Amino acid sequence: MNTKKRGLVIGLILLALLFAGLYILENTISSSTMLITILKKGVIYALIAVSMNLLNGFTGLFSLGQAGFMLIGAYTYAILTIPVNMRGMIYQYYDGGIVQFALPAIIGILCAGLLAAFFAFLVGLPVLRLKSDYLAIATLGFAEIIRAIIQYEGLGPLTNGSNLLRRFPTFQSVLYPFAAAAICIGAILLLINSTYGRAFKAIRDDEVAAEAMGINLFFHKQLSFVVSSFFAGIGGALLAMYQGSIQVATFKSAMTYEILLIVVIGGMGSVTGSVIASFLFVASSEWWLRFLDNEMFIGTFQVPLLRSGFRMVVFSVIIMAVVLFYRRGIMGDKEFSLTRVRNRLLNRKAGRNA
Amino acid sequence: MNGFERLFPYLLAGVSVGGQYALIAIGYTMVYGILRLINFAHGDIFTVAGFFMVYMSATMPLVVSIPLTIILTVLLGFTVERVAYKPLREAPRMSIMISAIGVSYLLQNLMWYVTGGLAKQYPVLPWLSNSVTILSATTKIVTIVTPLLTVALVLLLLQLINHTKTGMAMRAVSRDFETAKLMGIKIDRVISISFIIGSFLAAAGSLLYFTNYPTVTPTVGAMPGLKAFVAAVFGGIGSIPGAVVGAFLIGISENLIKAFGYSTFSDAFTFALLIVILLVRPTGLFGEKTIDKV
Repeated sequence: MNTKKRGLVIGLILLALLFAGLYILENTISSSTMLITILKKGVIYALIAVSMNLLNGFTGLFSLGQAGFMLIGAYTYAILTIPVNMRGMIYQYYDGGIVQFALPAIIGILCAGLLAAFFAFLVGLPVLRLKSDYLAIATLGFAEIIRAIIQYEGLGPLTNGSNLLRRFPTFQSVLYPFAAAAICIGAILLLINSTYGRAFKAIRDDEVAAEAMGINLFFHKQLSFVVSSFFAGIGGALLAMYQGSIQVATFKSAMTYEILLIVVIGGMGSVTGSVIASFLFVASSEWWLRFLDNEMFIGTFQVPLLRSGFRMVVFSVIIMAVVLFYRRGIMGDKEFSLTRVRNRLLNRKAGRNA
Repeated sequence: MNGFERLFPYLLAGVSVGGQYALIAIGYTMVYGILRLINFAHGDIFTVAGFFMVYMSATMPLVVSIPLTIILTVLLGFTVERVAYKPLREAPRMSIMISAIGVSYLLQNLMWYVTGGLAKQYPVLPWLSNSVTILSATTKIVTIVTPLLTVALVLLLLQLINHTKTGMAMRAVSRDFETAKLMGIKIDRVISISFIIGSFLAAAGSLLYFTNYPTVTPTVGAMPGLKAFVAAVFGGIGSIPGAVVGAFLIGISENLIKAFGYSTFSDAFTFALLIVILLVRPTGLFGEKTIDKV
């Protein structure tokens, strides 16, 4: 109990240090630099990846509906928070739309999560009775259905059809998404370490044995699905804030695949793994591998292959290599812990002395 | 009669699209029958075949470029299986499915890189692209050819599966992987053959499908790919006649929905159908009953 309490205190101190560091960073460099952009996008992806990991890594449900729930979240947020005086301009084809009020951003984000969770509840009722690959296809299909419904012209006054939604409140400071993600990931961690979380893991490891031990399979699967979608919805709302405008076309199944690959790279069943992998994924796709997209000359020699799009090719080859040869990902199913790092360092030192 | 006249072109288009879905769906259903793997990359292989055709026909006459496209697509399907799926044969099923998603991601990015993200003009195939009028509905010849060719290819395939030694090996492997292995069937060879047949049919489907459209883009194959998969599930995954019937049904209903003016929902309908089928009859129309073993 004591070590647990100490771990919590150390964790909170580190978190406080992280926020202090971010605050200083933000006030020393211009907010349009690549680093700040990466941090913003990375932390939002981290939240979404952790929410998907809760489902795929901890409960063993192979769901591919994440983009659908993010879409619900992003649209709920945007529809509820666009200022009333902007609506006429944005809903120009639909006489200003039917929603004629605007909620504060925080409430908008909460509603985004709640609506995504509500839909997850409805979808989960039938779909969660399916197993592995059938579940994957059914959830993927559901995400496509959501996309079609939102694009439907008849719902135009509410969703603006397939046109852009924009001018909703966004965030300026990098602290905002970090605070939101920290609260959400903290909540997911609490859930994972609770009795419910242990039941999730039991279901993942052996469904039949878990049921025999008296775990209510359907209730726990449904719980995991709803909670995961709640946070995916919040992630969607944050992503909308980060991008400044949203459109249905962003949330295709390719987005679910990307997040799934992040979860795999980080390690199925590791929260810290997903977080680390999100930052690595965003940083390498947006920043570190950028040079691959530009033609390069060494003297008069033009380096072959380098041109627009090569970055993503290299990137996907790296991902394939991880999937094939490094299947456990960065963290496996372990969590990053300072104690383990310290023990390892001490052991190494002890080994050297002996 | 007036109503029929209005619906007839849509019906015709539905049968044609259904045939193209059927050719893709067979690739899904064969691989699933043997490996229990949803080959997410199959739709992308279908698109790559379209691009092969674009680049080949730019420099070579059609007599050379069509067979070459088919050969290259088959090679691609074979290579994907060897590189991305074979090393994971002993791994959990989730890993191999993730690998399939990775391959799909890689192929899409590769196509984007090669084409620069631009839509490429699909070559006009002589004769197939010509217009023809049936019962006052004008359409391309390919619309008529597709279902006929599909049925012919499927009959050929059924002959292969039911009356040859290779076919018997395939049936044995899909019935019981482990036992087939113990009986001395060369599993890897059987799996490769099913990927080769699947890719061959996808290449044929791609030739027919893209003739209907002026251009090809890297992501255009994702949707027909997924729908063909739905068709395979609908018909009972693992069953070839099931996949074909499912594909025709989906192709026709999709186009009828368009005829009634709900184009936005034609994609959604397919997936709604999938969810309903999975709930009511998870083994599909012609699927075998599976018993859960502990």
